[in-house]
Amino acid sequence: MTGYSPQTIEELELQAAVVRKTLLQMIHEARSGHPGGSLSAADMMTALYFYEMRVDPANPKWEDRDRFVLSKGHVCPVLYTALMLRGFFPMEEVHNLRKKGSILQGHPDMKRTPGVDISTGSLGQGLSTAVGMAIAAKRDGRKLRVFVMLGDGECNEGQIWEAAQSASKYQLDNLIVLVDNNTLQNDGTCDAIMPTLDLATKFKAFGFDVLEIDGHSMEAIVAALCATRQEGIRPRCIVAHTVKGKGVSFMENVVMWHGMAPDAAQYAQAIREIDRVLE
Amino acid sequence: MNAIATRDAFGHELLAMGEAYENLYVIDCDIGKSCKTVDFQIRFPAKHVNVGIAEQNAAGVAAGLATMGKVPFISTYAVFGSMRMLEQIRQEACYPNLNVKIACSHGGLTPANDGASHQCIEDMGILRTIPNMTVIMPADYWSARKLIDAAYHYPGPVYLRFTRDPIPVIYTETDVFEIGRAREVLAGKDATILANGDVLSLAMQAAGEMREEGVSVRLIDMHTIKPLDREAVLKAIYETGRIVTIEDHNILNGLGSAVAEVMAEEGKGKLKRMGVQDRFGESGPYELLLADNGVTVEDVKKNVRTLLQD
Ligand SMILES: Cc1ncc(C[n+]2csc(CCOP(=O)(O)OP(=O)(O)O)c2C)c(N)n1
Ligand SMILES: [Mg+2]
Repeated sequence: MTGYSPQTIEELELQAAVVRKTLLQMIHEARSGHPGGSLSAADMMTALYFYEMRVDPANPKWEDRDRFVLSKGHVCPVLYTALMLRGFFPMEEVHNLRKKGSILQGHPDMKRTPGVDISTGSLGQGLSTAVGMAIAAKRDGRKLRVFVMLGDGECNEGQIWEAAQSASKYQLDNLIVLVDNNTLQNDGTCDAIMPTLDLATKFKAFGFDVLEIDGHSMEAIVAALCATRQEGIRPRCIVAHTVKGKGVSFMENVVMWHGMAPDAAQYAQAIREIDRVLE
Repeated sequence: MNAIATRDAFGHELLAMGEAYENLYVIDCDIGKSCKTVDFQIRFPAKHVNVGIAEQNAAGVAAGLATMGKVPFISTYAVFGSMRMLEQIRQEACYPNLNVKIACSHGGLTPANDGASHQCIEDMGILRTIPNMTVIMPADYWSARKLIDAAYHYPGPVYLRFTRDPIPVIYTETDVFEIGRAREVLAGKDATILANGDVLSLAMQAAGEMREEGVSVRLIDMHTIKPLDREAVLKAIYETGRIVTIEDHNILNGLGSAVAEVMAEEGKGKLKRMGVQDRFGESGPYELLLADNGVTVEDVKKNVRTLLQD
């Protein structure tokens, strides 16, 4: 199994719309969860799971699979949706987010969810785990790659930079960091809460090869992911400029939608807006 | 019974303290909205610092502020306010015995939907083992407000733990609370329940129902687990003999363990510890998560009866 059957940019865009609708359904039914950062990551997550990553839904523990770390674990609805649509578990699980006994916990739990490579939820820790995976893969001579998604607010945590310097020291060209640079965090804009400074410059200073892209242009995402396939001596970082809540007009750039579930009317409105893209 | 989350008590008390105390500071870690510090920040911007999602930094900044005569309250979730910044708390707040207060929402299993990563069942036990640290979980809105104010005046590091979700209001505005001094909620002579935090109301219900069955159960609010009110435990041992502890915390190293230490040294009394059974939680309704750990009104009554039998 090597990746998904080839998809055109347009097919990926349609797939991303389905991802958005499904994750909103999950959060709406659970009556809690984090839509804003799920929607800003939806295009990248679609490209990863339907285009770039080599994974096998029939064999989620395949040893040579690419690994994925959702370091900003609160947006797990977008990860669960991608995994579900790729066939890692049945579509009926869409109804079970945050339910007692569910395989879909409030934050990712690798013991419960097929396809989840590491448990996350406490911000700032995922990149370190990705570094560990990438070091092991290299030393074991495995061709696999490790993808990790960070929030921009999450980059407030010092541990992110401890991990970044380790990635650089061990020349982890098999490590690809995607930063969902949506400019908002929990309580407000990154500028108001803790300015991130220029994340691209920072990752460069920490020894990464950095690409800056529009995180909602499927063409740009795919091109950037393709560029990371080349071997080298440096870890890769894609700083993706995104819009928190992307695809649902009333959620876009609105801090409140970081961690709030849409009610029935809001959900219906959101679905109508996304359906327009599908037409 | 009216119900309010004790994190709301924190928000309200901060506003009151902000008017009264010049040296009060609040340090946020980008979860001010859920920890209820937003109104304080708006009213007292000059006494507010937001360090972003960087809890370890918050602990160090608080220590620095304390050396300058400020009384900083760090506000975050219990899991981060205890364990993420644990060594900073130990080295920079506890070792120099600085006036750093850590006031955390999302204690115990109360962040139920978020799942195990955001629930916090270890904090009070861990912090109890650091010299100079004081560890408190109030059982309702009014006791929370009183104990927060008391923490401001109490020299040295203090850890306060609040609930995410509403819990019954048990006390009134005129009730008095003192750090380290347990409070008798119900008098009784056959057995004693020592409880704190959100599960105190559950113990209250159980004790009330047992009273109707003719069993006289004393209920003590052990809001401070360190320094532990040894006198209250000794009285429970010598006056009732049988003790049940209940806490929304791992039964290892929390209230139950602290009480067990006193009982073992006395070599007297019988004890049943109720609380989280040394296992991680999951997403789900709070009451069901407690029930999974054998913490229900029925379980309390059953445990008291068992102790009374032999
Ligand atoms: C260590 C830690 N501190 C605080 C939180 C609470 N929290 C959850 S999401 C969030 C904001 C995250 O912002 P960002 O990384 O920008 O994510 P996004 O905008 O993509 O949702 C915070 C503070 C947490 N999960 N972990
Ligand atoms: Mg963000």
